[in-house]
Amino acid sequence: MIVTTSWYLILAALIFAIGAVGLLVRRNPLVMFMCVELMLNAVSLTFVAFARDLDDIGGQVSVFFVLVVAAAEVVVGLAIIVAVMRRRPGATADDLSVLRG
Amino acid sequence: MLAQVEPIVTPEIAWTGLVPLIILGGGAVLILTVWSLAGRYLPSWSSSAVAAAIALGGTAGSIHLWLRVTDDDRGPFGVAANALGVDGFSVLLTMLISVATALCAVLAMAYLEREKLDRPEYPVLLLLSASGGVVMAMANDLIVLFVGLEILSISVYVLAAFHARREQSQEAGMKYFVLGAFSSAFFLYGIALTYGATGSTNLIDIREYLAAVVLVDDALLLAGFAFLLVGLGFKVSAVPFHAWTPDVYQGAPSPVVAFMASAVKVAGFAALLRVFVLTFDQYADDWQPIVYAIAVATLLLGAILATVQTDVKRMLAYSSISHAGFMLVGVEAASAQGTEAVVFYLIAYSFLVIGSFAVVGIVSGEGDSHTSVSDFAGLSRRRPWLAFLFTVLLLAQAGVPLTTGFFAKFLTITAAVDERSWALAIVAMISAVIAAFLYLRIMVSMWLADVDTERSAALPIPVTTGVVLVLTVAFTMVFGIWPEPIVDLARDAVPALIRG
Repeated sequence: MIVTTSWYLILAALIFAIGAVGLLVRRNPLVMFMCVELMLNAVSLTFVAFARDLDDIGGQVSVFFVLVVAAAEVVVGLAIIVAVMRRRPGATADDLSVLRG
Repeated sequence: MLAQVEPIVTPEIAWTGLVPLIILGGGAVLILTVWSLAGRYLPSWSSSAVAAAIALGGTAGSIHLWLRVTDDDRGPFGVAANALGVDGFSVLLTMLISVATALCAVLAMAYLEREKLDRPEYPVLLLLSASGGVVMAMANDLIVLFVGLEILSISVYVLAAFHARREQSQEAGMKYFVLGAFSSAFFLYGIALTYGATGSTNLIDIREYLAAVVLVDDALLLAGFAFLLVGLGFKVSAVPFHAWTPDVYQGAPSPVVAFMASAVKVAGFAALLRVFVLTFDQYADDWQPIVYAIAVATLLLGAILATVQTDVKRMLAYSSISHAGFMLVGVEAASAQGTEAVVFYLIAYSFLVIGSFAVVGIVSGEGDSHTSVSDFAGLSRRRPWLAFLFTVLLLAQAGVPLTTGFFAKFLTITAAVDERSWALAIVAMISAVIAAFLYLRIMVSMWLADVDTERSAALPIPVTTGVVLVLTVAFTMVFGIWPEPIVDLARDAVPALIRG
């Protein structure tokens, strides 16, 4: 059985969908955050698969940019989560409901 | 499979094209350094004042670029191996983002002092975010666009949560962060699929490829369009990706909201126009119906939901959604005229919304919590001039003639009519009528309702905020009567995809 590029693309699409659905259904801020990372990594896999398929280095370079951006997002995201948790220990996404109208 | 090692060729970089970016980014680093070392010897408002000066420096640094790109002999050019494009469009929007940043930095001076938040992080993040917006306006490559988007967004996530003692501000930051990261992932997936379909992330290469090759199976490309549209739709708060907007506008500090509604929206629409109208023009028949549907939903939902709100910040959030709908009408036209209309709209709306949130920042009082419509009751008797200026801004947002808001709506609707999108033009006009009700409600509260005796005494108007307010109202009225200079600027702001 030959593993073609489309296998990787389908796998990436599945991981992306798991991340997206996870973000929508889970209530723990940290888990939601992990789901975002899952989505970003699925995109990285897509980039690498296409780069291999197109025989082009550009897609692989893109992954480095994605990694750096994801790291920056982790720093800021965790800081905001920690700030929220300090005020309200054990808060879930449902508890963040001061703003409504 | 170790091939012979090729030397890495680094591109020539035309540094002149990067001057505004260097001023904004370098200025942020400068403030961070100086104020961490010597901050305690400097007055607390000084960092924001310097940030405003640096942002104005960014505008001044763009003027020579503007003269160059509008000169017929020289014209637009690409920078850093065509990753960034300097054309009339990107230079004008760079200036707009810089001016908006300067105004928001001035607004922040009094706000941060009142809320005892005066730390240098605020102006630093503001300038960094502005530099991200400038990268987005200039980006000629999807990956560069993504990096710009993240520089812009990550700074604003922190700014939204900046009022660390207010639960609402933290919640706004958290919501904006989660949904922003979610939309960025969609945007990135769109880039990956477009890359897979066209073999490049560079917009010039993509456009040439799509012009030269007829794709047998364009499913990958169309999926890429859809994901890119979702990502950018979140940033410009188009329906159905608008859910974060009211909550974040309500919870975030007022000067930050002014920045989100002006500079962030400018950068988002810059990306929409450059990617869809300019690069994917061959496939306009495929993406136009989707933008059409989104524009209709954004126009109507924004206007209708705005009328049932009781909080002025939420009202202005929904009104900003409906304004985004108007700009989407210009995007949907996919013509030079549509682009011109959107650029004009962005200029007019940025000043309007900064002025409006300056008023909200004053009325909300210490703690930034008095933002319901009843808090505006009797404003005409407490502060008649403030009520008058706010009325002008609200009338302009409603699109009353003799204000820039009127010409903004007029130009987008004309662009839609010229492309024979009659129905869309009619929906836009209906939405304007519904939204007018919302602005009237705030005005009625200000001029006709009884004075709230408890807070009738103290409503200090800081000089800096007053200056911003007068400037924005003056801009709205002067160019509302005499719009030609701004229309000419918008017409000269032609986007181009040019190498070298």
